[in-house]
Amino acid sequence: MKPFSYFCPATVDEAIQGYGEAQETRFIGGGTNLLDLMKMGVERPAHLIDIGRLPLMKISPHGDGVRIGALISNTDAANHELIRTRYPVLTEAILAGASPQLRNMATMGGNLLQRTRCYYFYDPSYQECNKRTPGSGCAAIDGYNRIHAVLGQSPQCIAVHPSDMCVALTALDAVVQVKGPHGERSINMTEFHRLPGDTPQVETNLQSGELITAIDLPSIPYGKQSHYLKIRDRHSYAFALVSVAVVLDADEDGTMRHVRIALGGVAHKPWRATKAEKALTGEKADKKTLRAAAEEELADAHGYEHNSFKIELAKRAIVRAVTTVVGGQQNG
Amino acid sequence: MDDQESKPALQVSRREFVEVAVVSGLAAGVPAAAQTPEIKPRIVNCTFTINKQKQELQIDPRVTLLDLLREHLKLTGTKKGCDHGQCGACTVLVDGRRINSCLTLAIMQNGREITTIEGLAAGSQLHPMQTAFIEHDGFQCGYCTPGQVCSAVALLDEVKAGAPSAVTPRMGEIRPIELSDDEIRERMSGNICRCGAYEGIVAAVREAAGRRRV
Ligand SMILES: Cc1cc2nc3c(=O)[nH]c(=O)nc-3n(C[C@H](O)[C@H](O)[C@H](O)COP(=O)(O)OP(=O)(O)OC[C@H]3O[C@@H](n4cnc5c(N)ncnc54)[C@H](O)[C@@H]3O)c2cc1C
Ligand code: FES
Ligand code: FES
Repeated sequence: MKPFSYFCPATVDEAIQGYGEAQETRFIGGGTNLLDLMKMGVERPAHLIDIGRLPLMKISPHGDGVRIGALISNTDAANHELIRTRYPVLTEAILAGASPQLRNMATMGGNLLQRTRCYYFYDPSYQECNKRTPGSGCAAIDGYNRIHAVLGQSPQCIAVHPSDMCVALTALDAVVQVKGPHGERSINMTEFHRLPGDTPQVETNLQSGELITAIDLPSIPYGKQSHYLKIRDRHSYAFALVSVAVVLDADEDGTMRHVRIALGGVAHKPWRATKAEKALTGEKADKKTLRAAAEEELADAHGYEHNSFKIELAKRAIVRAVTTVVGGQQNG
Repeated sequence: MDDQESKPALQVSRREFVEVAVVSGLAAGVPAAAQTPEIKPRIVNCTFTINKQKQELQIDPRVTLLDLLREHLKLTGTKKGCDHGQCGACTVLVDGRRINSCLTLAIMQNGREITTIEGLAAGSQLHPMQTAFIEHDGFQCGYCTPGQVCSAVALLDEVKAGAPSAVTPRMGEIRPIELSDDEIRERMSGNICRCGAYEGIVAAVREAAGRRRV
């Protein structure tokens, strides 16, 4: 591992000042992604700022919603009473990811910024990767691409965002609070991550040196009618092939007044399924309507040699997840 | 945990940090394209309480907690399986919580209390979880076992505290956890056993939890 300087600030301002203009600086939260990538030689920071002791470790009511400090561990967020009772889909999504040990280490901010698990990105012995080396090409397009994207990808990159947590945050319309050298700002979850386009190396709309300080969840009165469905190769401790977060408000007779759906494992960012949401709002959740909405959402999907199965899988997952919530069978 | 006080930050002052950041002279003889500012590895002082013993150590910031334990302190009970967070062999307890020691820098745990498999027994009296693993053949080669046992010890505390898992029904309702075998399997899923001793592991955890097969 390349040598680096280490700095463990006590305050947010010290952390931001410490970052300075340095190109090769990284914040380190839990370290479960960054350290892994440093061992692989994908990340080679010259300066590490350990933000693990910053006073950003509270979960508290915020207006009608809830604010989660960026340094809260994934475990503590999932377990917190405010999250479990108001946004159980977030608890479900977090607990569906990684392992208890990793969730104890992983932070909310770090989870938002975890990098893709594309094999070619992760292994620098492959020279082609437009994320690692812009302009070098994409080894996945003609390579082994079973875990890759079917929606919103570009000829430059077909990687997916691997987070479970972020799929639930997207369905919940969370807002990411950041602070940087030029002050504070808020970024809507749906605007936080980017599609690859011609610049797959730019994965989020966070600016260099900006620190994530908190994640805000808006009030959603029907937040308990929700479910996170994760489909993967083994039952636990595996990344999603496809996942769906659903939060909806349904009448007793099954008519859906409000519908929020986000997909994971299919795109470079958590995919808000706005077409399906529109098709379902005001409708009854019968099989035919659900299938048609899922078809519409995936209409522009495009698969590669090994991942075309994701298109049908995503459709069925949408149908199943919505059916589960409308039927009152969810875990929440 | 939500009101957790932030502990005092590590004593690498900002001045020192900047100093390190400036040690970036150009290495002589290196072709221009390959010249990146060079950071000299620097040794930092840390204090840990490891298995109840206070240790003051000087370490390279690049050392993981796992390598500190195994290579520097010769506490080789903790195992290195994958070194990438994928197997759980390196599981230890930090302030009572289980983590993968391969994916954290030792320096990040400065000031904390670390318990390894060597620290579970009280003298010659094995920890009840260790006894249960022996009684139920919770291993074959034993390589994953220290991680499994540490993980299982933390699991019982998590269940006692009411923490849900991915298979907990109705996790939006706050209520005690029913530790079924499915719950044990899910909660132990961060520890892989290449020998496939899972039956015995589940039985051991079930017994240590004082439960019958559910
Ligand atoms: C074996 C394995 C299996 C996994 N399985 C899953 C899974 O099934 N589902 C899933 O969702 N995830 C999974 N993960 C990923 C895991 O969730 C992430 O590694 C974790 O959430 C990252 O959080 P961290 O705090 O450790 O981030 P770090 O590694 O500390 O940081 C990640 C990135 O975020 C930046 N960063 C961190 N905090 C901040 C901040 N506050 N402000 C600005 N920048 C910041 C860092 O600079 C770095 O670039 C798995 C990981 C492993 C190793
Ligand atoms: S060695 Fe740490 S998880 Fe495998
Ligand atoms: S006992 Fe051999 S790996 Fe688990």
